Amino acid sequence: MTTTIVTPKAAPAKEVEKDASMVKQKEMMAAHYDRLTSAPQTGEKVVSTFVPGNLNELTMCFGLLNNLPEVNAIQNGLRRTSGAFVLEAEKIGHSEDVCTYVKSDIGMMAKGNIAPNGKRFPDPDVLLLSYTGCFTFMKWFELLREQYKCETIMLHTPYMGDGKITPNMIEYMVKQLKDEVIPTLERISGVKFDIDRLREYLKKSATAEDDLVHVLQSAKRKPSPIDAYFGGIYYIGPIFGAFRGTDDAIDYYRFLREEVEARLAAGKGPVTPDGDMGKEKYRLVVEGPPNYTNFRQFWKMFYDEGAVVVASSYTKVGGVYDFGFRHDPEKPLETLAEYCLGVYTNRSLPMRIDMLTNYVNDYDADGLLINSIKSCNSFSAGQLLIMREVEKRTGKPAAFVESDLVDPRYFSAANIKNRLESYFQMIEQKRAATRAAA
Amino acid sequence: MEASLNGSKTATIVARAQALFDDLSFASAREWKAAAPGRKVVGYMPIYVPREIIHAAGMLPLGIVGGGDQLEVIHGDAYYQSYICRIPRSTIELGVSGRLDFVDGMLFPSICDVIRNLSGMWKMMFPNVYVRYFDVPQNYRDDIGGNYYVNELTELMHHLGELRGQPITDDELRHSIAGYNENRRLVRELYSFRAQRPWQAPAAEVYLALRAGLVLPVEQHTEMLRDYLAAAASEERPRRDNCRIVLTGVFCEQPPLNLIKSLELAGCYVVDDDLLLVTRWLTADVPTEGNPLHNLALAFLHQSESTAAKYEPNLKEKGQHLVRAVRRSGAEGVIFACPSFCDPALLERPMLQHVLKDADIPYIAFKYAENSGQMQPIREQAGTFADSIKLWSGT
Amino acid sequence: MKTFVGIDLGSTTTKAVLLDESREVIGRGITNSRSNYGTAARVASEEARVDGRFTLFRRALSAGGGKSEELDEFLAALERAFRLEQFLEQLGDLEETCRSQVKGERFAKVESGVKDAIGEVLNRLREEAPALYAPGAKRKSDFFRDIAGSRYHAHAEEVARVAGLPYELLLNVYDKSIIDVENRPPSGGLSDKFRRALARVLAVDAAVKTGATDVPQTIEDTLAIELEETYLVGTGYGRVTLPFSKEHIRSEILCHGLGAHMMYPNTRTVLDIGGQDTKGIQVDATGIVENFQMNDRCAAGCGRYLGYIADEMNIGLHELGPMAMKSDRPARINSTCTVFAGAELRDRLSLGEKREDILAGLHRAIILRAISIISRSGGVTDEFTFTGGVAKNEAAVRELKKLIKENYGDVKININPESIYTGALGAAEFARRAYLGQTDGREA
Repeated sequence: MTTTIVTPKAAPAKEVEKDASMVKQKEMMAAHYDRLTSAPQTGEKVVSTFVPGNLNELTMCFGLLNNLPEVNAIQNGLRRTSGAFVLEAEKIGHSEDVCTYVKSDIGMMAKGNIAPNGKRFPDPDVLLLSYTGCFTFMKWFELLREQYKCETIMLHTPYMGDGKITPNMIEYMVKQLKDEVIPTLERISGVKFDIDRLREYLKKSATAEDDLVHVLQSAKRKPSPIDAYFGGIYYIGPIFGAFRGTDDAIDYYRFLREEVEARLAAGKGPVTPDGDMGKEKYRLVVEGPPNYTNFRQFWKMFYDEGAVVVASSYTKVGGVYDFGFRHDPEKPLETLAEYCLGVYTNRSLPMRIDMLTNYVNDYDADGLLINSIKSCNSFSAGQLLIMREVEKRTGKPAAFVESDLVDPRYFSAANIKNRLESYFQMIEQKRAATRAAA
Repeated sequence: MEASLNGSKTATIVARAQALFDDLSFASAREWKAAAPGRKVVGYMPIYVPREIIHAAGMLPLGIVGGGDQLEVIHGDAYYQSYICRIPRSTIELGVSGRLDFVDGMLFPSICDVIRNLSGMWKMMFPNVYVRYFDVPQNYRDDIGGNYYVNELTELMHHLGELRGQPITDDELRHSIAGYNENRRLVRELYSFRAQRPWQAPAAEVYLALRAGLVLPVEQHTEMLRDYLAAAASEERPRRDNCRIVLTGVFCEQPPLNLIKSLELAGCYVVDDDLLLVTRWLTADVPTEGNPLHNLALAFLHQSESTAAKYEPNLKEKGQHLVRAVRRSGAEGVIFACPSFCDPALLERPMLQHVLKDADIPYIAFKYAENSGQMQPIREQAGTFADSIKLWSGT
Repeated sequence: MKTFVGIDLGSTTTKAVLLDESREVIGRGITNSRSNYGTAARVASEEARVDGRFTLFRRALSAGGGKSEELDEFLAALERAFRLEQFLEQLGDLEETCRSQVKGERFAKVESGVKDAIGEVLNRLREEAPALYAPGAKRKSDFFRDIAGSRYHAHAEEVARVAGLPYELLLNVYDKSIIDVENRPPSGGLSDKFRRALARVLAVDAAVKTGATDVPQTIEDTLAIELEETYLVGTGYGRVTLPFSKEHIRSEILCHGLGAHMMYPNTRTVLDIGGQDTKGIQVDATGIVENFQMNDRCAAGCGRYLGYIADEMNIGLHELGPMAMKSDRPARINSTCTVFAGAELRDRLSLGEKREDILAGLHRAIILRAISIISRSGGVTDEFTFTGGVAKNEAAVRELKKLIKENYGDVKININPESIYTGALGAAEFARRAYLGQTDGREA
């Protein structure tokens, strides 16, 4: 028996049939980009704003189209154009040390500001600096303001340093909304603010949010019908992006919920780019954003090994809904403030530790995996303490890998695969030992 | 020792400041605390906290600005990835190694995500310490950001009162404000003295004198500043053919003292900087009449320094503070020295550089870490910059 | 007999360990990893089988009552003769390969001259080969490329000069051939080489004394025992491209933990500082990995760093430790960044700091990094086992002991001279367990 040394072969890729929700999402995204890039012709006005703390219901009240620079950076990461954009930004004076979302965005502008549909992005009419959970947002929009010389509205969300929302925080935010954000948006759009219109949108948001939570929590079942990180990133797309408060979002999440229900009934695991995932062997909770330049390769390292992510913190950056918060039409401005205050990266480190510990326990996971992102100090600073604490509280081992959002230079496949496989095998070895002892 | 040898008065003062700077166990603050029962010490990180409120509670505000280049970090690296700046790891080292075991409270100002998250880490790691993330408004309207800030200050004042076991009174606070007004006046005087005669007040000495204010009670520090100013003005020192620069970017993690010295050795007099901004964050006296918290809040909103952590609502104003610093101090150029991996400082830098370019002010830029060991490249860059400025102004 | 093979493919060397059914190590083999992992794995496992034969010889001869000094002497002579045979066999391959390269336009007019010259160079190599493997002879390396390469260059220069041929031609032929030769799986039966080697030994001393046994017959009987490769498990840094099928692969972390446990059953914490990475591993009482952490993306403080420093100082890697040991006042080195290592070093030397103090500081800096990785994995629990290339460095070990004592108190620290085989040992035991139907470390 001397033939064990072999040359590994790559499996051929196969085409996968798309679910109705996927088709719907694709259409929604395409339509949105078309609407954005044709804004100069249609005369629609454009607001650039961020995912965490985005006020889609409010900006829709003024007929403004939202353009989200993080989402553009993600698109450029997935399309593998971000690397060149990052280099371009570094060439024009940005440090190699700083956030690559920002550099991808600035590089993209320098290279013509082309949207995924091949047409030029319009210049924004207003920058709504919803400054929530990340300091870099402030510098980012100051940089954009320098470029576009357009009006910029600061909406400062205080940080939940003590793990709670205080009346002072709500009052501060509501006042900013009432006295700064809304009047400025009225002036720029020429549309008078109608609070009932806002309530209507908020009601729609809550409906979609219900279905989203249902989908995310389906991962508590075994096998999990979804991957709550790699798949989850698609699921959060509409509600974190330009569609919260729309009928499109309601439809999308209804489709998605139905599909997940069907998978549950059929006892199926998640859908992956290579089709249905094989047997579920490992259940993980993931902390931290993904890498977008090698997204599929990264995902494959999981599903090839039978690892499914049952809960993730990244799918909470645009809103934490699974602990009961819903946009509430009864208190429209307060609810927007609460929403901003509650997003994941605006939560204190002890809150994040509690959340992740709960996820490991409630979703019966084998452990916590941290993907530490070089760009993102808001997530990353303190993750090693988070790891230590969650390990201690759950008694389950954690693992740590590193990459970056959209900078391909920081994705080392061999390095990450090595660690992941070691981690999976360690879990398996411990299980075998437990079985043997039983 | 140097002081007793050459006997100069500045040398004696600087030697004392240097000893405070070198002491990583904070002996002077420990002594202050031990000197009377019930005394408490509250630490704070860069760049600004209202020290008046801590002082009003009868406590010692203690500036914690990392471990510098003399602290060996044994535990701190276990908490941070390689792409995160240095100050949080050395600060954790100070904590874990027991060097801060006499500190009763810690304030983490709102300056970046790393220090923000460190506040939560501190809560986890040192559960017996009063820990507060000190948020400040990024909205500068009195009725919006101002109200919010007054409420935040009220809460802080209330907490510190609880920590003391007795509420802080408005009179106590007014008294403290007066003390810090006096201290800031002397800092401003020192800066304007240096801008006029930089050879009389070398940058490293000014820095050490300011640093002493992070560990000494304000009254003592005010005395030290007064003495130093008097001594510096009376001692004639050789004037070198240096150019005059504003040093900026240094805003949270501190540069090694050697870096500051290297700049002057390389031919650049530092005539203004944004080091240790807490010592002069408020640019004018805070009124001692009326509601003291309102006064502190209004000063923050309308009479405070600019820095990367602070939002500038007006595009036209962006970076102008730097141009004004150059004009005010008669500087000929700007040196950007930013801490490695510092997102706010490094993202701010290109915007400031554009402003300088428009104002025809030359600049150079490099990065450092608080424990950078190599000064050769910095000396070379600063030296070349000084030469080019001289050449440029000569033609 | 059944044997279980563990192979650890490292970034610089590939190691193999052969276990028998009773978990005894019967052979170890090492080779350079080259560009071809498949060959490296084959060569290392063949080396382990060779080593295994010697173990079996020793067992058989001792059973016959051989005295240990006589046995040692005989086996040493046999090994030298065997290595010589192996070397000669590869020289034959080298000659043939070199000759086959002599073709095409470039050699149009000198083809036969070059072929003759190659023959002459190889003859000279063959002539001096016995001296290379004489008792007491020192070789810089045991890898064929290293031994043959330097001697080929020396002889080719002279032969080319005498023959009036361009030296580059001969070098070019060699450079084109050596990779092929090195990457060719070893040919020729092992047993025949052993027999030829035995004949060489007997030719010098026909009456080999090792007790009452008939030595040639014992050797022959032992060679008759088939070393069956019952199961093989591979691991290592190059895991992504390991030349094994999936069921034959285990994570290096698991192998390392188990290997350390086998060497020191009371081990709870393992530190491995290799060329590319640093690992902190926690194992339980049975060698199962409880937790692990590796250096982050930044490779500062790994073994490679010492390599840069040695290059920068223009001294051998193995000289760094002893030099650092001379320091009683280590410098404080602030950066273990490989990128800045050279610059910081030059800066400090130019400031007049002593080499040994800087080196001592560098060693401390590396160990500090390692301590932070151990800390991330859960700290140090008694006993502690230190493995990897850096574990051979006395200055690093000194700093480690100091820091462990300061931070974790009295802990027994194990350092095995064979620690380079830790991962391969664990892999071999996984192979044995897989054969026995135990499934830990992979799916059932």
